[in-house]
Parts: sequence; structure tokens; C-alpha cells
Amino acid sequence: MPNPLYRQNVISISDLTTPQLELLLHTALDLKARPRSDLLAGRLIGSCFFEPSTRTRLSFETAVQRLGGKVIGFSDGASTSAKKGETLADTARIISSYTDAIIQRHPKDGAARVLAEFSSVPVINAGDGTNQHPSQTLLDLVTIYETQGTLSNLKIAMCGDLKYGRTVHSLAQALKRWHCEFAFVSPPSLAMPTYITEELDEAGCRYQVMSSLEEAIEWADILYMTRVQRERFDEQEFAKIQGKFNLHASMLGNAKDNLRILHPLPRVDEIHPDVDSTPYAYYFQQATNGVYARMAILSLILNEEV
Amino acid sequence: MEKKQYSVEAIESGTVIDHIPAGQGLAILRQFKLLHPGNAVTVGFNLPSRSHGSKDIIKISGIHLDEQASNRLALFAPEATVNVIEQFKVVEKRHLRLPDTISEVFRCPNPNCASHGEPVKSRFYVKSAGGQTKLKCHYCEKTYSREFVTEA
Repeated sequence: MPNPLYRQNVISISDLTTPQLELLLHTALDLKARPRSDLLAGRLIGSCFFEPSTRTRLSFETAVQRLGGKVIGFSDGASTSAKKGETLADTARIISSYTDAIIQRHPKDGAARVLAEFSSVPVINAGDGTNQHPSQTLLDLVTIYETQGTLSNLKIAMCGDLKYGRTVHSLAQALKRWHCEFAFVSPPSLAMPTYITEELDEAGCRYQVMSSLEEAIEWADILYMTRVQRERFDEQEFAKIQGKFNLHASMLGNAKDNLRILHPLPRVDEIHPDVDSTPYAYYFQQATNGVYARMAILSLILNEEV
Repeated sequence: MEKKQYSVEAIESGTVIDHIPAGQGLAILRQFKLLHPGNAVTVGFNLPSRSHGSKDIIKISGIHLDEQASNRLALFAPEATVNVIEQFKVVEKRHLRLPDTISEVFRCPNPNCASHGEPVKSRFYVKSAGGQTKLKCHYCEKTYSREFVTEA
């Protein structure tokens, strides 16, 4: 039976059904356990990065090459015809006539969906503005499943910039399917947006706002850290919150054994390097899982059976 | 016999949008581009209404709105009725239902939405929750209140 993702676009987590997400998750873990180098043999993938994103681009390009495929593309839109005013619609028509699939990163919200409407080959969204980054969410799900053995009924604490953080929005939207419970720790001005909390309400998921990181550490199975950007505050305001959302190894004394700390990276000072050597740190393994998550997406959209 | 006095002149054939909440008549005319050249349009504002105190009314000669177009009006005036007129008589009275999606009428208010400047039609998913109508852009996936989208 052909897999349900064959020849499909991967644009937004909300487009994927729960069985499709579970298929992606288990395929990623299978590819990690039993590497395959033939699943993209003879395939040419367009890697179209209209804005620089070194880690995501290298992760995707590694995934293509580890599966035996080849990549063409660019790493910055400034050197493309988009700079001359070419529409995404025309870009899609041209690049899809050269390649078997397109991976696109773009600064505009919704760019991946526009591209997909004019592309004759599947499109993978590698981040569109402040909107979606489904492969990041998939690698987060893979990592949570890998560390906890389940996605169901987990306690997920999210800390840092919850207002602008695309990763925490998508992850909450994905995990609501498995009835997880959430705790949000952030400066009030960077709180989780109401459209996300309304979605959690609709899904019947519980959530709470916690004022201290220590409280969240004691409560959580997963602590998902994000960076609070200094530029979002004036100096006086920043002085009030500075350090309040930074994690140190000394704060982990009351953590549950199964707690794992994740971060989409890059980190600055929100996770002190002394956390790296604790058994709770899992952000580097999480980044490694990005390659397997992307291998799973590519394999499934380009092969009837994997 | 008492002579019935109409505040707005009757039409022979066309559409009457009745029971529009007072003050929404102009917005409906503007947003739904109902001013077609060659078709007489009569508008009444703040007319007496037995059910709502006052109402607006739009009469368009020679134009019939299909069901999809009628339902779009529900975004502004969920309690309005669309009456199809033939030979000065109401031959069909439609009560409106909020549509699941709405295309082409509004621009996405997100200035960073990729739908701007591309050969695509705007498209929103319509959600109604807690007495509020919200629209989610098909492209950028941002959700806005109805007022924010229609005034953008």
C-alpha cells in the first residue's frame, strides 16, 4: 500500500494528520536505527533558501546526501531572480521542472503554500517567515518520543520567548493531539499568544502560566527552552528580567529523572554550559535528530513504499 | 384600505438585502462591490425595524446573488435576509449561513503575507467562537478578527 505522504507537500504541521505525523516519526527513528543510502538514489532536490539559515540548510542537504540524492540550489535569495522581482509562482514553475522536490526557506509568511500551488513536484517548507517550520516540529516530536517513549499525556514546560517563538507555537499545536499538559514561563510581554491557548482549550489540553523556571523544572517531563532576545526590550525593562529565564545546572536538583531539556539552538546565555554535562541536557542530540526527521520527510514524499 | 408607504422604492427584478444591522449597509456595499454600473441600487439607512429597532436595507435592480455570494454577507450581517425579487414579488427568501471559507473579497492584513504580489486569490477560513467571527488566512495561517480583516 502506498504511504499517505507519497507526492504530498509538507507545508504546515496543521495539514498533517496524526497517523501521518506518527508515520514520519517512526520512519525517522527507523532511519536512525537502520540507515539507508538508497531511498533518494537518482533524485535531484532543489534547496532554495531565500534567506540564510545555515543549520536548517545543512541538515536538509545532509539528509538528501545520506539518502543517496543530489542537491542543487542557493543559500541566499539575494543572488536569485527574486531580487529582480520574479514571483514565487514563476520560481516554482521553473525549479519544479528541474527537480524531484523543492525544499524552500523564505522570509514571507505563507511562501511555501504559494510555491506549492505552482510547483509540479512536492514542496517541503523549511521555514516561512514567522509562520511554520514543520521539519523542526517533527524533529522535536522525534526527540520527545525518543526520550520519553511516548508522546501522550506528557508535561511540557516552555520557557523564554513564547510570543514570537515559531518553534513553541508549532510544537504546542502538534502535542495537543496527544493530550499533553503545558506550562508557560516567560516575561509577561512575551507570553504565549491567545490563538495558541484557544487551540489548546478547544483540544481539551490543560495549561498554566508559571512564574519561575525552578517550579517548571520540578513539574516537567520536557523543558523546552528558547532565547529571550534582548532587542525586544528597552534597557530598563531588560534589566528587570535579565537572568530570570536562564538555566543553570544548580537549578536542576529537584528535576524528575526523565526530564530532558530541549532547545531549537542556537543558544546564547539561556542555558549555561554547565547544564551540558548533566543527564538532562538533550539539545545536541535533538539537533542531530533533525537530519533523521528530514530524511523521513524526503523518503516518504518521494517513495511509494519505504 | 390603508395605503402602504415604502421608505425605499420597490424593484421589479433583483435582490433586496433586508435586516442589515443599522450602520453596516455602506460597509456591505463597499466590501462586496455591489455597485455594478447599469444596475440601480437603492439604500435605506436607519429604517424602523420591528425586531431590531432600526436596520439598513439595500435593493439592487437586475442582479441576483447566488447562495455563496449571499452567505458571504453573513460576515457582516448574520441576521440579514436576501430576497430574490421577480415581478415586484419575493420569490425566494434566504437566511444566511456563515461560509466555511471566503475567497477574493478581502486582502490579508498581514503585510508580510506571501499572498501579496503573487498570482493567487486571497482565501480565509471562517471560524465563529464565543460570538466572535474570526478569519484565518490560508497562506500565512494568521487569524484575525472579522473587523480587522474587513477594515484592512
